[in-house]
Amino acid sequence: MTALKQTQDPDAEAPRGISPVTPSGVEAPLVVTADMVPQCAPERPGDYPFTRGIFPDGFRGRAWTMRQYSGFGTAEESNARYQFLLREGQTGLSVALDLPTQCGYDPTDPMARSEIGKVGVSLSNLSEMEILFDGIDLSKISTSFTINGTAALIYAMYVACAERRGIDPALLTGTIQNDILKEYVARGTWIFPVRPSMRLTADSILYANRTTPRFNPISIAGAHMRDAGCNAVEEMAYTLANGLAYVDELLRRGGNAEKFAKRLSFFFYVHMDLFEEVAKFRAGRRIWAEIMKTRYGVTDPKAQMFRFGVVCGGSSLVAPQPQNNIVRVAIETVAAVLSGAQSIFTCAYDEAFQIPTETSAEIALRTQQIVALESGVARSVDALGGSHYVEWLTDEMEQRIRARMDEVEAYGGAVKAIEDGWLQMRVAQRAHERKRQIDSGAFPVVGLNVFRKEDEDRGAVEVFRIDPKASRRVVEKYDATMARRDAAAVSRALDRLGAAAADDRENIMPYLVECCHAYATVGEMVARLKACWGEFQEPIRL
Amino acid sequence: MSDTLETPAVPTTLLKGKRILVAKPGLDGHDVGAKVIALALRDAGAEVIYTGLRKSPGFIARVAVDEDVDAVGLSILSGSHKELVADSIAALAQEGASAIPVFVGGTIPAEDVAMLLDLGVKAVFTADMKLDDVIAEVAAGLRGQPT
Repeated sequence: MTALKQTQDPDAEAPRGISPVTPSGVEAPLVVTADMVPQCAPERPGDYPFTRGIFPDGFRGRAWTMRQYSGFGTAEESNARYQFLLREGQTGLSVALDLPTQCGYDPTDPMARSEIGKVGVSLSNLSEMEILFDGIDLSKISTSFTINGTAALIYAMYVACAERRGIDPALLTGTIQNDILKEYVARGTWIFPVRPSMRLTADSILYANRTTPRFNPISIAGAHMRDAGCNAVEEMAYTLANGLAYVDELLRRGGNAEKFAKRLSFFFYVHMDLFEEVAKFRAGRRIWAEIMKTRYGVTDPKAQMFRFGVVCGGSSLVAPQPQNNIVRVAIETVAAVLSGAQSIFTCAYDEAFQIPTETSAEIALRTQQIVALESGVARSVDALGGSHYVEWLTDEMEQRIRARMDEVEAYGGAVKAIEDGWLQMRVAQRAHERKRQIDSGAFPVVGLNVFRKEDEDRGAVEVFRIDPKASRRVVEKYDATMARRDAAAVSRALDRLGAAAADDRENIMPYLVECCHAYATVGEMVARLKACWGEFQEPIRL
Repeated sequence: MSDTLETPAVPTTLLKGKRILVAKPGLDGHDVGAKVIALALRDAGAEVIYTGLRKSPGFIARVAVDEDVDAVGLSILSGSHKELVADSIAALAQEGASAIPVFVGGTIPAEDVAMLLDLGVKAVFTADMKLDDVIAEVAAGLRGQPT
């Protein structure tokens, strides 16, 4: 075994000791003593404001959902992968979609060139979804779609798919990400201007509440903003601010907060600072419950609860010495469980530079199973609750998160902050700052800027390379569906969709479902909506 | 310690007076790298124009000419760099702007670097490179300077 040598770069020689400052900039006391933590009421898990968790019985009543992200190439290939994962004991499916589907282009569109099936499956119309879920009982599985700009369309397709198989949509369980606000800030698959997008989101949520009451119609996500440069405080603050913007729009669309708030859920990263992450989620639960109760007058505890899923890994993983990432994901999984996450996705150790192999994907799932069944951290609810440090840090994070939320509010709320590009600018500036800290070694990452092996050059990055034949097959199937469908029915459905888009009193969803039944394509539906609503003009502020 | 935003000041004058276009071709929505580079180039004295997402190679070439830039940086993380870089370089040629140096950053596998350099790219950058090193390479590769 070769000894680890530190790099000769003097910049990377920076801090060797333990920094007193957390990644969010909280200066942690050397030790927290009882007198530094205000005596709080003896709160129990399941009690308002849910600092200690939303379920009184923690994970004993129900374990978290172990969900792995997959889906690439054609619907047939993804279907085979799903069958494999279900046999392996996975309890939920996760569908990744290619960029043309996410941005609203059909596979024949010039903008789709060279992107078909690349980062996920191509789902241009109902016939592709029928292949994707062939042999899988939609009433028995929980499916999570990572989709935003076209989320309402893909959700409509899922409902249509179930209806065509004679399955009552009320039995469907799963999630669509459907969080358009963070797309403008961090992920980039926006299509329409912010305000009509908010209507589309609200309509899908209200429709889902009625039609698929067990389905989560939105997952308000901080993860991508974290990846784009936010620290833990900002991740939680901006996500909660976006959440409040959805609540306001849902109320404007006639929704009842006591009802729709029960189906709002959130999605975050868990990074490496275990205690800061746990404190972030404890504070998040407390803030959300308090705002729902006092600002919106919500009284049903279920509508005050902050439910969330997490990803362990993401940008905390690095390409140099990739096996170290297994350790990182394990620590983050422990943090996620101690935070009381409702679902956990664990990244494969090689995801920082390639498409996970079957082996690396299996280690990621096994990590969760080991934490669940061997480590014991799930045994007692909120096992860190009452720790002087954790309680102190929870209060500190709460205060800082609220301060960041107040800034957004002072600007005029999340919608305005995003329309103007203000939030995007803040996140980009923070990303620049973080990159400088990594360059200088002030933010240590083992194997990357400290203890880097000299003989290892930059990780062998691998990118999605899809068989060109597969993308040709997608186009052929598309053409075949176009030839087979009832063109008059498609055009009638699209006309009705266009009329509904122009009428703010209408809910768009039933018209989208009708379009999907007629095998109208994502590109066609988006074109109709664009004709009415226009396209987002990206504000450039740096 | 406060957690207020402070853009770390590493001001240099390496790129003073230079105009640089940072562009996002294709559908890929990951713009954090492009924005971080844009801010770093600005810190180094350059005037930076950022296109925003989902721009066609033809659009990027026209902006490069209209804005009379000294360099174009293409940011690509979707794996479509071969097609998008070739198209962008062809579009610049069509605008009679082949002399503008092109840099590429993003998720670029090591084995693809030579191919991009053969297409005429001055240098290829990945996320693990230090910003100061990127700026130094851009400065060296600018028009009129030997690389």
